[in-house]
Amino acid sequence: MSNSGALRPIGQAGWGHTALTTIVSLIYFFPVLFIILTAFKTRQDALATPIKFIFTPTFDNFYAVFIRASTQGGAGLDTGFGLFFFNSVFIAGFSVLLALIIGTAAAYGFSRFPLKGNDTYLFIILTTRMLPPIIAIIPIFVIFRIFGLSGSYTGIIALYTAFNLPFSIWMVKSFFDDLDRDIEDAARMDGSSEWGVFRKIAFPQVLAGMAATFVFAIILTWNEFLFALMLTGTETRTVPVAIARTIGGQVGVDWGLLSAIETLFIIPVVVVTFLLQNQLLRGVTFGTIRK
Amino acid sequence: MTQAAKSFPDAPPRTPAGFLGWIMAPQRRGAWLVTPALLTLFLVNIFPLMWSFGLSFFDYKANRAKAPVFKGLDNYVAILNDPEIWGRFQNTALIVIGSVFLQLIVGFLLALLFSREFPLRRYLLMLVLSPMMLSLSAVGVFFKLFYDPTLGFISRIISMFTTETFVILSTPMSAIIAIVICDAWMWSPFVMLLVLAGLVSVPKYLYEAAEIDRATPWRRFTTITFPYIKSLLLLALLFRTIETFKIFDVVYLLTEGGPGSSTETISVYVYRLAFQFFQTSKASALGYILLFAVIVLTSLYLYAIQARRAEP
Repeated sequence: MSNSGALRPIGQAGWGHTALTTIVSLIYFFPVLFIILTAFKTRQDALATPIKFIFTPTFDNFYAVFIRASTQGGAGLDTGFGLFFFNSVFIAGFSVLLALIIGTAAAYGFSRFPLKGNDTYLFIILTTRMLPPIIAIIPIFVIFRIFGLSGSYTGIIALYTAFNLPFSIWMVKSFFDDLDRDIEDAARMDGSSEWGVFRKIAFPQVLAGMAATFVFAIILTWNEFLFALMLTGTETRTVPVAIARTIGGQVGVDWGLLSAIETLFIIPVVVVTFLLQNQLLRGVTFGTIRK
Repeated sequence: MTQAAKSFPDAPPRTPAGFLGWIMAPQRRGAWLVTPALLTLFLVNIFPLMWSFGLSFFDYKANRAKAPVFKGLDNYVAILNDPEIWGRFQNTALIVIGSVFLQLIVGFLLALLFSREFPLRRYLLMLVLSPMMLSLSAVGVFFKLFYDPTLGFISRIISMFTTETFVILSTPMSAIIAIVICDAWMWSPFVMLLVLAGLVSVPKYLYEAAEIDRATPWRRFTTITFPYIKSLLLLALLFRTIETFKIFDVVYLLTEGGPGSSTETISVYVYRLAFQFFQTSKASALGYILLFAVIVLTSLYLYAIQARRAEP
């Protein structure tokens, strides 16, 4: 699925242009870099003025993310971050997989067998995604309490599945729409069943797009804060909520530690951004803009 | 199933007769495919929304066992007459205008820088694009660190030049600016991405013709480049307005609405109403006013997309 068009350069840059762009990029990325550097600093280095750029890196902060040194000596205590990272991965993975399966079926339907009022359905679906999460959370919070779903995996996974559905439908539909329909019609003429047309012709062609959608939705869910804040409990807490609790109300936040948590939290996202470069435009606009 | 070629609508159906046949008929295939999705969305999204829409006409507190009392439009009337809420709208508007404006300018300039090929372009592009993929909550924490009055990165730079402590989050205006900078840093790459896509779509021969006519760079920009990117700029503007209008995470983590309520946006206020003061029905009513605004903006956005598709 080559769609590299959106990021294609339109000419050759001179050396001045190159130098300027390089400097601007590095300045732009500096806040992220600063956090990553701080994660490798000791407490003294992290608070040194002027800011230290050359220091002996330490992994102590990363160790401290998972194990808190015990004040009485002896074995360290579990900080719970191992569980929170597992929760983030598990909840995001499970719900996105569900959303992608349901969403692909719907996307294929919307793209190939338009219903009466097809565009209205698609509009409503997109609106459920565009609406402020703060509105949705009020009734969901109350309903979850009534059904005892707060703090459970089932509840948050069900919610995130619905949260990812509009995105999956619009994204995967945009990939189906891009396909050449003549091949499918030719297969039908040759006597292929509808299921065969989907499985042998349409599906293999959108598989790369579906993979991009999957990864994208994982990031969106991985980053989600408000629903997780309101609906996860101690056992199901995800990383963004745990980070917010680390800074909340404490005197003297340990920045090295916080930066280490942030680094572990954002590095996968930065790597994935690089892999998804060609699908970024489609992804950040929910598949509404393709070129 | 092989010889019943579906491309002939008149071909005798091979599906069973009766109710099962009616259900399985080819013209209901689309409906079957979208049903699971619509059902999930209805149960998890639309039904709760309708429920809270109903709630917005009652007097109900989620932390009390008392049954809801019907109040008609009282909640809406109270909200529209509440000067506090207009203040929150004002805060939100300030942040939206400041941030979206900054994003458009920075994003546009970044796109111009990245429109040309040079070594390492792919890698530098990744560095610039990554803020937009990060978690709003992670970015909120970053900036909280940078803005810290004594140990923050920005304060430490400023302290090299002046002895006064620099507390950006302490006055209403500078706190708004702090939020705007944070949000704009995160989302300028989004505008850049859209502008880049627009720049790529400009046919090369137009520039060649302009070169022959010795058009000035400014004239080249206004007559060739701008017409090609303006529809995408409009989309960026609408999309970012919708998203920034809902701003919650960054404000919640950075200032919690303070100092006072000077940076409390509508979303943060709804959050407080619903989960700190437990005025569930009033919060729902305010939520619906917000929802209405978002639906209008979303329709405009989709309309702009249609209009752009219709362009040659």
